[in-house]
Amino acid sequence: MKFTWFNLMPWPYLPDDFREKNRSVWVDIDQRLFDPVKSHEVYNTYMDLLEYADTLGFDGIGVNEHHQNGYGIMPSPNIIAAGLARRTKNAALVVLGNSIALYNPPVRVAEEFAMLDCISGGRLVAGFPVGTSMDTNFCYGQIPALTREKYAEAHELIIRAWTERDPFAFNGRYNKLRHVNIWPRPIQQPHPPVHIPGGGSVETYDFCIDNTYSYSYLSFSGYIRAKALMQGYWDRVAERNTPDASPYRAGFAQTICVAETDEEAERLYSKHVNYFYNRCLHVYPGFADAPGYRTIKTIQTGALSQYAPPRGGYTQLTWKDLVEGGHVIAGSPETVRQRMEELIKNLNVGNIFCLMHVGDMPADKCMYSSRLFAEKVMPKLRGMLPECEGDERFWCHPLPKRATSGTLPAEYQPARVPEHA
Amino acid sequence: METKTVATRHAPVRYLEGGSGEPLVFLHGAGGMTAGDPILAALAERFRVFAPFLPGYGETEECGELRDMLDFTLHTADVVEALGLRDPILVGHSMGGMIAAEMAALAPNDVSRLALIAPAGLWLDDHPIPDMFTLLPYELPAYLFHDPEAGAKLMTSGLKLDDPEFLKAYLVRNARQLGMAGKVLFPIPERGLAGRLYRVKARTVIVWGESDKMIPPVYGPAFAKAIAGARLVTVPEAGHLVIVENPAAVVEAIESVAR
Repeated sequence: MKFTWFNLMPWPYLPDDFREKNRSVWVDIDQRLFDPVKSHEVYNTYMDLLEYADTLGFDGIGVNEHHQNGYGIMPSPNIIAAGLARRTKNAALVVLGNSIALYNPPVRVAEEFAMLDCISGGRLVAGFPVGTSMDTNFCYGQIPALTREKYAEAHELIIRAWTERDPFAFNGRYNKLRHVNIWPRPIQQPHPPVHIPGGGSVETYDFCIDNTYSYSYLSFSGYIRAKALMQGYWDRVAERNTPDASPYRAGFAQTICVAETDEEAERLYSKHVNYFYNRCLHVYPGFADAPGYRTIKTIQTGALSQYAPPRGGYTQLTWKDLVEGGHVIAGSPETVRQRMEELIKNLNVGNIFCLMHVGDMPADKCMYSSRLFAEKVMPKLRGMLPECEGDERFWCHPLPKRATSGTLPAEYQPARVPEHA
Repeated sequence: METKTVATRHAPVRYLEGGSGEPLVFLHGAGGMTAGDPILAALAERFRVFAPFLPGYGETEECGELRDMLDFTLHTADVVEALGLRDPILVGHSMGGMIAAEMAALAPNDVSRLALIAPAGLWLDDHPIPDMFTLLPYELPAYLFHDPEAGAKLMTSGLKLDDPEFLKAYLVRNARQLGMAGKVLFPIPERGLAGRLYRVKARTVIVWGESDKMIPPVYGPAFAKAIAGARLVTVPEAGHLVIVENPAAVVEAIESVAR
């Protein structure tokens, strides 16, 4: 099992009446709600928490990309990852990911990911999302019906830039480059492992199967509702005669809150969980799906946007609803262990993106929950996939001996030249 | 109106044909077209009307090969050619007006009569056009009609919105149609037309509904200024769908350039 400690980096100061006074947390969120001075603390605390997760023994620490978004103040995950690369020792840097259709030219992603891999000593796990419609179309202006074609071209260009050893010309439809020759290139060969976040389209299933990439379902609605979608993926894996159905071919994001007892979990965390599901997911439905962003095939299979709130909205979901419905796995270490086992077995996933920081959760509670998970839950789940022990195809391969940051030698001392009288 | 099909390089194109008189090509807007549209009936009383569906619209298949404004323009010129028409009266509404204007600018000697009805294609920083791609179905009438209540009734009549199968088909059609439109209209409905309008030689009429809230009437003078000799007709008590709210006034304006 690979456990990645994930922080979406929500803005923790959305007002109580946010939902009533604002139509959306995303795209056209009120600028005035962001306080740059307060963000100084917020960013540093969030980065400290990611570093703390490394010391707890999580396999990875995860960051992602969103734009103009009140629950993700990380338009550039690479900037955060660069900071983490220096201040962490062992955890994989899971950048999930860079929306590659947005970069012009996408060799920028090949270069920055290569830098991260080099600085971290080969600890990069690279994610290539198509990006949500909010980010890709409404914030970054990409034409919805052309987004996937542009994405596919960007992917081809990045992989070639990473793997070819001589300068080449790339005559794409969206990128015309006469001299592709990135410098530096990544440590990991032939290239860092790739994870693809997807939302249920068959095209993305096939893309992962064909390239031996891990398929990640990053949902906020929990493992019970994810069953149908993940089953669709595994059915496709079987249909395509894929050589194996290793659980590492898939990943899943799950909100997790651990305390000593179930009651304590509710008392400590329900406020913050409510903040996330009530305020942070308040997205104007007109931004959820620009026409043309999803393929006709995907709409026909009925995969609707995860950003469309359940009928009646999240406001009416209580702690009990959220926990019983599996949106959130919360409770004592034993309760959480049982439900995590259920998740891993039912979805057949080897990569878990643990959403341990939720909404406006303060650092001390987040540390408490994370430590309990790392010490009392994670060890009991580690042995769950004995048949796939040693399948490292979807994970990073760091250098055995890595540099320690902040260890300069003593400064050069010029030899004293004796003075002649 | 009869539904027919004509072969083009990109896709078999479905089109509506009816009426008698001088040949006229009508290009629909981003919302699409049906055989029952009042503008078609009104035009058919005076002209031989040919109204092609853009690929992705109606029953015409999507076409991935059409990606940008030039593709749209040349494809539509191909349709006119395939219909065997030479220099028909060219009429376009909204997105269709944008395509018609591009055709007239690209091949000024092939288009001698042009009617642009609330066309897209220009952008004035002081008068931003609303983002139609974020609008929810119930929000549309306020942008499209002078009388939103009557407009809402028109838009929802015959729709079985409680039927999940109907809803799915509706979503698919919407995604297919507006996905195609987005190639020239998203995120800003401007693709450099302003720099090409000087080439238009056609006798041109521009028609605008006075209460247009989708593309505000201030765009009318902007088009009129850019096309030499163009005449601007403003229709009172009509919105962006002036072709629905007052088809007679639109036909009258078109007749003024027909001869």
